[in-house]
Amino acid sequence: MTGDVLIDVQNLSIGFTGRSGKLLPVLRNIDLGVRRGESVGIVGESGSGKSTLALAMMGYLKHGLRVISGQSLFGGRDLLAMPSRDLQRIRGGKIALIPQNSGQSLSPNLRVGAQLTESLALHGKVTSSGIPQRVTELLQQVRLPDPAAIAIRYPHELSGGQQQRVAIAMALAGDPEALLLDEPTTGLDVTTQAHILELLSDIAVRLNKAMVYVSHDLGAIARVCSRVVVMYAGEIVLDGDATTVLTNPDHPYARGLLASIPRLGNPNLPMALEGRPPPPGDAGPGCSFVDRCAIAEASCRSERPGLQPLLAGGRVRCRLHERAGSIPTKRAGKPASAGGSFGEPLVRLSNLAISYARQSLVDQLLGRKPQGVPTVDRVDIEIRQGEVIGLVGESGSGKSTILKAVAGLVGPANGEIAYDKSGALPATVEQRRPEQLREIQLIFQNPDESLNPRHTIEQILAQPLQLYFGLSGDALRERSIAILERVRLGAHYLDRLPSQLSGGEKQRVAIARAFAAKPKLVLCDEVTSALDVSVQAAVLDLLDQLRRDSGTTYVFVSHDLAVVRALSDRVAVLYQGRLCEIGPAAAVYSRPCHPYTEALLGAVLEPDPGARPVLMAEDIMELSPPAKGCPFQRRCHRKVEAICESMTPPQQDAGAGHIIHCHIPIGELTSVQTMSALDNVVRPHVQ
Amino acid sequence: MSAGLTAPVAMTARTSRLSAVIREMLSRPSGCIGLFLVIAHVALALFSPFFAPFDFKAMNANAILAPPDSTHWLGTDQLGRDILTRTIMGGRQAILVTAIATPLAVAWGGLLGIYLGLAGGRLDDILMRVVDAFLALPWILKMLLMIVTFGTGVGVLVPTLAFFYGIPVIRIARAATQNIVARDFVLAARARGHSRVSIMRRELFGNVLDALMVEGAMRWSWMLLAFTSLSFLGFGVSPPTPDWGLMIADSRNFMAIAPWPAFAPVIALSSLIIGINLTADALAKALGIDRAQAAVH
Repeated sequence: MTGDVLIDVQNLSIGFTGRSGKLLPVLRNIDLGVRRGESVGIVGESGSGKSTLALAMMGYLKHGLRVISGQSLFGGRDLLAMPSRDLQRIRGGKIALIPQNSGQSLSPNLRVGAQLTESLALHGKVTSSGIPQRVTELLQQVRLPDPAAIAIRYPHELSGGQQQRVAIAMALAGDPEALLLDEPTTGLDVTTQAHILELLSDIAVRLNKAMVYVSHDLGAIARVCSRVVVMYAGEIVLDGDATTVLTNPDHPYARGLLASIPRLGNPNLPMALEGRPPPPGDAGPGCSFVDRCAIAEASCRSERPGLQPLLAGGRVRCRLHERAGSIPTKRAGKPASAGGSFGEPLVRLSNLAISYARQSLVDQLLGRKPQGVPTVDRVDIEIRQGEVIGLVGESGSGKSTILKAVAGLVGPANGEIAYDKSGALPATVEQRRPEQLREIQLIFQNPDESLNPRHTIEQILAQPLQLYFGLSGDALRERSIAILERVRLGAHYLDRLPSQLSGGEKQRVAIARAFAAKPKLVLCDEVTSALDVSVQAAVLDLLDQLRRDSGTTYVFVSHDLAVVRALSDRVAVLYQGRLCEIGPAAAVYSRPCHPYTEALLGAVLEPDPGARPVLMAEDIMELSPPAKGCPFQRRCHRKVEAICESMTPPQQDAGAGHIIHCHIPIGELTSVQTMSALDNVVRPHVQ
Repeated sequence: MSAGLTAPVAMTARTSRLSAVIREMLSRPSGCIGLFLVIAHVALALFSPFFAPFDFKAMNANAILAPPDSTHWLGTDQLGRDILTRTIMGGRQAILVTAIATPLAVAWGGLLGIYLGLAGGRLDDILMRVVDAFLALPWILKMLLMIVTFGTGVGVLVPTLAFFYGIPVIRIARAATQNIVARDFVLAARARGHSRVSIMRRELFGNVLDALMVEGAMRWSWMLLAFTSLSFLGFGVSPPTPDWGLMIADSRNFMAIAPWPAFAPVIALSSLIIGINLTADALAKALGIDRAQAAVH
């Protein structure tokens, strides 16, 4: 039911003037038409130009960018050459943008209803008497329960998912013909994300709008889009229907990208796509992907391939696309170096509780402990020498807090952390012995934050080497180079600054800094979350290699269940700072027992249009864990009323160290599973 | 699958940060004008005794309050002294005193601010309230109190100015430090077990320096105004040494009949302060886009 071409980008090239004075293109010869009723996904790694293209479709160029050639038509008129008065009328009224992080684009001091009223009045498509009713309608359309109650709230009183729904309602307020979505679910929790995507794909079908969805996440694209465009180094390299592009694409880059995505059903490490795209203006005369291509020939270097039509529909920019099928897309990687036989326990968290509650003045005067429910409570985890234990959970699950407690950056309110044979670890860094400090190292999520921007790589690596080993001069330099080589970087990196490295290289430096201390235990806090998917695979591979070489124990924290699956031997699932389930990775993933694990795994998005997430838990806002009973009681779909609210769930052993904290009897948990039951109802067409 | 070394990336050679910043400053009109004014004033202060047309003490009874002419380009004052000579030499004391006091103020205020920003806790709470209390008092009152107690002269003015103008620097340095302390690389250093001094020196200092340099430039202009005000009130430079504040004070009584003796020092003082402010502004912008934050192209 697709209609006429609404958005039509013709031969568009956009660039900026570099320091050298040369014009550097970020988009090159883009041809793309989007029809009414069609939802097109634009995917690519950071720097591929996907956001620039989406913004150009609204006639917007970021500061410093200018049009080199071509035009961006909307309904036949070039937006990039239009006076700003006309553009204002088109934006919001005819094309609406739903940005990433909508919470920040809502005005914090206006009630939701007032903001919607404002944008309805602005577009003037509804009479002023009809506005209140239209507000209710819009909030219903984005499936917010109880629109009247939501309308009188302020944005900060809504959860991240609800804010995103309000932003979608705002975009729909002007009744636009086209919707542009720029990473609309990035940064949301998996369960929330799945709900929002469900809503978006429903809107796309029901309202017959042209939709452009920009994302780095192929799983999200698979849920919403019927057609997918893959971008690389400012060019469209592949354009086709979603099923083909996401399962059996004709371009080597798209195949590599698919292979680099960790998947729930695949316990192997994903396959890394080495190298990086050429920076703007640096692409040679040939194909821009040639340096990373597995099937490239000499002629690919000299001749730039055109975007040629495929027999089965779609377009591809590859001269050898008939041969691309030989590159594997799934189940390609090798298995992580799993142990099986692990040594002595290295770390034992027993009855650990951590509280961020601060002592109030009254508490101080009365000499009381701070009031309030602790952020992390009753956590018992034993970590054995040489294993990788994954901690998973949504934001607020306390996984990073636990890492900080092990690293000595926050002191536990209760319980203890026993380390190696030396007994309980002192609570804070200041009290620990140098040896203990050296043996426990931390790697952070974002290398831009964890590397001092003013230090060269040499200075960064020197810090642990000087502190723990007292190295200096040639010995220091030699050791630094040896460590850089272990993370697959060369000596020429030593005198660079972090800003001169790519995201993946920076994270490797951060890993090198941690391993420079010769640690026994490495705490990885979302170490791949800030990286592109192809880079993520390389970093996972590196971590696995280092573990194999040095027998280091990892605690691996991530919100991405598939990443944890690829690397971990055992997995602990946390909710609101309480342990839900812990056990061998294979057991937890293949047979999730705790209702929260089930909900979490069900919501994971696979980059496959056929695999539909199963939505179980409501995406309501949880500000603090409940004072008593089960932490998951408010969202649980299998709640056994009274007991869940009053009693702490018992530990139940499902065998082989698989422990579940739930009131439902173990037999019932392992045999009846909602997910498989739902499976048959919701997705009869799959498999 | 197992990768070799990552290919080297094209990058610009490491250039000195200072030269990059100066180049960036000169690319803006505000930076050009500001640097020109500041350098011109500093050069005049250094070398004016060698080319001043008259002796600054020489009085001419025949030309009292004479309007500008070919001999006295800017006229003469009430004692018949050449105003051009006294104006180009009038900034020497002010620039000397403030140029010593500014780095001292930035140094002690900056160090204490960085320490408090990192340490936090009770000491921070108490000292910051003291700072607030100090800043609530009018500066002129504090300065006069010190001068009344210890007398005037460079030996008193330099430490006095350095002390009082270091107090607002504490605030700036503390705020800048708190932004950095919250970042993961400081957390990483703490987790490794570095001492507080080592964290200040290695992780914080380089990142706070930018804010301190801009703050120092701003403090310099405030200090100049303060010094000139003290001279104007008779607590700074003693006659017959030429000084802008003093010249403005002296010529005040004759404004109605002879306005020119006041013009020259006022213009000299304002141009220096405007120059410093423009320089500080350009410096802030140049540092904002420094090499550590710029992308490789």
